[in-house]
Amino acid sequence: MKKELGISVLLVMLCTVVAVLNPRFLSAVNLFNLANLVGMFGIFGIGMGLVIITGGIDLSVGSMFALSGVLLAMMLREWHWAWPLALLATLALPMLLGVVHGFLITRLRIQAFIVTLCGLLIYRGLARFIADDSTKGFGANAEGFERLRDLAKGELFHLPSPFVILLVIAVVMWLVLHRSVYGRYLFAVGRNEEAARYSGIRTRLVIGSSYVLAGLLTGLSAILFAFYTNSISPSTHGNFYELYGIAAAVLGGCSLRGGEGSILGIVIGTALLQVLQNLVNLLMIPSSLNFAVMGGVVLIGVLADELLRARRQTPKGVVAPADHQGNGPTVVPPGPK
Amino acid sequence: MRGIGKRFPGVVALDEVDLAVHDAEMVGLIGENGAGKSTLMKILGGVYQPDAGEIRIDNQTVQIHNVADSIRHGIAVIHQELNVLDNLDVAGNVFLGREPTHRWSGLIDRRKIHDQTEPLLRRLGLNVSSRTSLDRLSLAQQQLVEIAKALSLNARILIMDEPTSSLTLTETQRLLELVLELQKQGVSIVYISHRLTELDCIADRVVGLRDGRNAGELGADEITHDRMVRMMVGRAIQSFYVEPTAPGTAGYFRVRNVRSRAYPDRAVSFDAARGEILGFAGLVGAGRSEMAESLFGVDEDPSSEIFLGDRQLAISNVGDAIAEGLFLMPEDRRGTGLVTEMCVRENITLASVPRYAVAGLVQSGREREAAQRQKQKLHIKTPTVETLVRNLSGGNQQKVVLGKWLSLEPKVMIFDEPTRGIDVGAKAEIYRLMRDLAAAGTVVIMISSDMEEVLHVSDRVAVMHEGRITGVLDRADCTEKNIMQMAVGVTVAAARPPC
Repeated sequence: MKKELGISVLLVMLCTVVAVLNPRFLSAVNLFNLANLVGMFGIFGIGMGLVIITGGIDLSVGSMFALSGVLLAMMLREWHWAWPLALLATLALPMLLGVVHGFLITRLRIQAFIVTLCGLLIYRGLARFIADDSTKGFGANAEGFERLRDLAKGELFHLPSPFVILLVIAVVMWLVLHRSVYGRYLFAVGRNEEAARYSGIRTRLVIGSSYVLAGLLTGLSAILFAFYTNSISPSTHGNFYELYGIAAAVLGGCSLRGGEGSILGIVIGTALLQVLQNLVNLLMIPSSLNFAVMGGVVLIGVLADELLRARRQTPKGVVAPADHQGNGPTVVPPGPK
Repeated sequence: MRGIGKRFPGVVALDEVDLAVHDAEMVGLIGENGAGKSTLMKILGGVYQPDAGEIRIDNQTVQIHNVADSIRHGIAVIHQELNVLDNLDVAGNVFLGREPTHRWSGLIDRRKIHDQTEPLLRRLGLNVSSRTSLDRLSLAQQQLVEIAKALSLNARILIMDEPTSSLTLTETQRLLELVLELQKQGVSIVYISHRLTELDCIADRVVGLRDGRNAGELGADEITHDRMVRMMVGRAIQSFYVEPTAPGTAGYFRVRNVRSRAYPDRAVSFDAARGEILGFAGLVGAGRSEMAESLFGVDEDPSSEIFLGDRQLAISNVGDAIAEGLFLMPEDRRGTGLVTEMCVRENITLASVPRYAVAGLVQSGREREAAQRQKQKLHIKTPTVETLVRNLSGGNQQKVVLGKWLSLEPKVMIFDEPTRGIDVGAKAEIYRLMRDLAAAGTVVIMISSDMEEVLHVSDRVAVMHEGRITGVLDRADCTEKNIMQMAVGVTVAAARPPC
């Protein structure tokens, strides 16, 4: 909980500063749009968080957005599929790719970084090939698909619908991650895969399934992003979005070593990143500095967390009161397990 | 070392501890886990800074701020966990961190390090080339490489922390001879060990620590097993080993043709009775642990047949084994037994958490109750069940692993090196728990490289050699000599077939 508290404080502080410097931050339009973006980025961010908790990573998310987005537009506009079928296919595709990733990672023992890096390249290439490198969309005002568009840009209970969807998903995934047997297993395999296996947990299934679940959430985000932009350029749509997800998860307390993280943290981390984006616009910072600001803040956030953690324990590494043999305190060097 | 004090957040690790080592003297340092032995030695080795006290060498007060200082003063520490890089060769390890370089190129002077390493290896009787990669050496040989490193530093004080905990009897013997040899050459040695018989043999003096304080000292003629135990624990431990009860149904647990990844072409078969403790002795590398892992379903083994009573068990993965009530307490507690970064509760219920769940959601109250039950039953010393397992002592960690299985109903329990690195008090408790399990009708199998343990705890002993069971000894015939002979593959008259 401490981590979430720290990053919440950071979020509030940042919002206050931006609001003071530019009151337009608090305007209804700005807040609505901000929440809209938080919703879309948060949904796949949660998926990314699950994968990271198992000790993995998914670099292919952005390219999946391009591939799914292009295909969704073509299914609806060029192939005239019924919209439920098209939506289902758009959810199913990233899940299927998740199955493939999971298989390669758990059965063939290829590192997740490599598998999904190849995914990043392959899906981007496929998206450009399928779309013949031309931008796809749903028509000037998404005629005929207004209700789908409203899912991405409209409102529900006076809130942006993607934000509402995120809240629902966050509650469900909170139960899954923090209260269910499956969630316990996710943390266990992330912490110590071997010990989990020796306790009868089907570790390969647990790890593989996290990619499939992340695929589902990615598919959902992909639909929202496609309708939100209504202009899917296969070479740029979703570029770097996987890094937003990773940054949000890490800011929110996920450790790339695995076994650490929380849904609340991921959601707040996503919000923090979006406020930063917003800040760059509102404070007239050259937008070319966008990534630099984001990178700087993530670095500071993670650094602050490490320092606080080190101060809570003792300087240099983590000192445990007793080591495995109980032979008095021992210094566990920080670094990969 | 005089009046050494060291505190860590929340713990006083050392309080006014004195330790003197004379020239060419062998001092045994004993104490239960957490008594402060390793902390004291880490201070001497420059890993920790003391909060109080002073260190004098040759009547000169010295300041040891880091490992380099310690080395400069002729102190070398061989830690319990080997600090070797197994992707380097022997010479590379011996000279790690202080590689001599060619004057112009700055590249490592390979010839020089090999030329200097070879004589060290011969001095230690280690019969390998300095170019051998470390991953091709046995644990005992790697240990000798560490000693070679210490010698190459011209160490005058050699500190050895549990050097024999993973060595076999013969290897231990050889190491002890070597240590005595070094002592003769003028090296002072501080020898930390839980194996009291070793100290009995070699130590000139034994210093005891208890709860971070000096607990006494025994001169050469006072060193006995009982006195050492009393010094460590502060009281005499009665009935260290529990006497066996009447054996149950013979041939209740039958294993046929189990193969392991260590010896894929050798099938092992044996029988175990209900309510007995069947010991498995043998040299390290005889394939005992791997056999246990095959039984437990870690490695799939389609050719094996396992029977419990009249039923054949179908085990193709760990989940199947657990469903059948066949459990393994693995040798590597931190690697495969526990998730040390999770709390006691989560570790105890790791294999059984679905039992405390409704519709996939864990009912935390029921789960905590189950963990509490094991905590009380096994006397796990932990502030609460929410404490991270990492913060427990070795003995208590082992009890957590045991708790994980006891919360399910074990029918067959395999203990692999159950008391390695565990202090005397916890050892006695584990033995008692094993005997209780057996008495309750569980088939208990104990793999152990600790000869004392094998001799005193088992009802029968199966001895393995290179992936085969040489034979099984009844309790009456269990002698060190018989077991050692069979461990090197020689059958003795008293041996019976395994099934």
